[in-house]
Amino acid sequence: MNEIGIILKIFIAVVIVNNFVLFRFLGLCPYIGVSKDTDSALGMGMAVIFVMTMASAVTWVIYNFLLIPLHIEYLIIIAFILTIATLVQIVEMIIQKTAPVLYESLGIYLPLITTNCAVLGVAMLNKDTLTGETLSFIKSVIQGFGAGVGFTLAMFLMSGIRERLELADVPQCFKGVPIAFITAGLMAMAFLGFSGML
Amino acid sequence: MKKLSITAEFFKGFIRENPIFCLYLGLCPALATSSSVKNALGMGLSTTAVLIASNITISMLISILRLTLNDNFFNKIQQIRIPMFIVVIASFVTVVDFVLKGYFPALSKELGLFVPLIVVNCIILGRAEAFASKNNVVLSFVDALGMGLGFTLSLSLLGTVREILGAGQFMGLSVFGENFKPAIIFVLAPGAFLTIGFLMGFFHHISSLHKKG
Repeated sequence: MNEIGIILKIFIAVVIVNNFVLFRFLGLCPYIGVSKDTDSALGMGMAVIFVMTMASAVTWVIYNFLLIPLHIEYLIIIAFILTIATLVQIVEMIIQKTAPVLYESLGIYLPLITTNCAVLGVAMLNKDTLTGETLSFIKSVIQGFGAGVGFTLAMFLMSGIRERLELADVPQCFKGVPIAFITAGLMAMAFLGFSGML
Repeated sequence: MKKLSITAEFFKGFIRENPIFCLYLGLCPALATSSSVKNALGMGLSTTAVLIASNITISMLISILRLTLNDNFFNKIQQIRIPMFIVVIASFVTVVDFVLKGYFPALSKELGLFVPLIVVNCIILGRAEAFASKNNVVLSFVDALGMGLGFTLSLSLLGTVREILGAGQFMGLSVFGENFKPAIIFVLAPGAFLTIGFLMGFFHHISSLHKKG
């Protein structure tokens, strides 16, 4: 298969088939916490797409040009988490200076992303795939971007459902988070239907 | 400072402040690694080890800094405490990752990505920020032990339900005999969401009954 085909396959795989939230259980805290209304879900989703793409690119460079040449691959966890934390800070400052309107809408969600395990997860997945080899730079960035899109998709669908759930007559003890999880279960079941696609 | 009793700090992690069912912290590893009781126990105990080590270290670090530095400088240090905590936690996670790879290679392979992801488990940073940085070493240790065991117990509960329904087994032993047809969906992703949803509903119901009297 040619390169573009493989890249397209990676993208579809992370967006739909191996959706980060519904299949790999990454980034559940914001998924449950911020999906109460559609606007904040979309805001969070955009911030995550941006940070994940950037993080994939930066951690790839750090891993291949810093950790491997110096033979300090065992420091990968510390290196990656610090890189991501710094990156989130820088992105926050840049957006604040250059695009105040965007900052207004993303503002509160940006710092939260540091502890979003999906970001560290995609960075680790880029270097440690099932075959044990490192993805190329372009593929890493595509996988990061796709994972962000998949997260946003799941989050957007969920927020739409939850807005309706607010009005529904749910048993008292299932109100809020429990019913959100059961809904997520049904969504995951639907997404499981894509699993034969690739 | 309010006096805190050791037993109360130990037991709060089990029911009242159970990290998963009541505080909704650490959900990602809880769902991802609870497909069998063995994985759930492995993940729970690894997290507990990191939690205890980081809580003790951070509590000591903060106490020493408070004693040795003058107030002005200490307040400045306080502003960069979160990156400091993360580095401490990441170091311990690296240690646990290598211990698992060395001594329990099969378990390490099963847990996979979720061992390095202990770093971003909200429970650990949450306890460091909310408890260890404000209390002494003994209390921090007890708090970490209680929270960690509460987390392990919740994971095992999830794992038990999912393994029995999804594979008809408990700890790898067959429960229902040959003719039982397991509902495989429970060891897959949707089953994890459904199980945790129903267990949370159950916990809410119990606590609302307690409140009524």
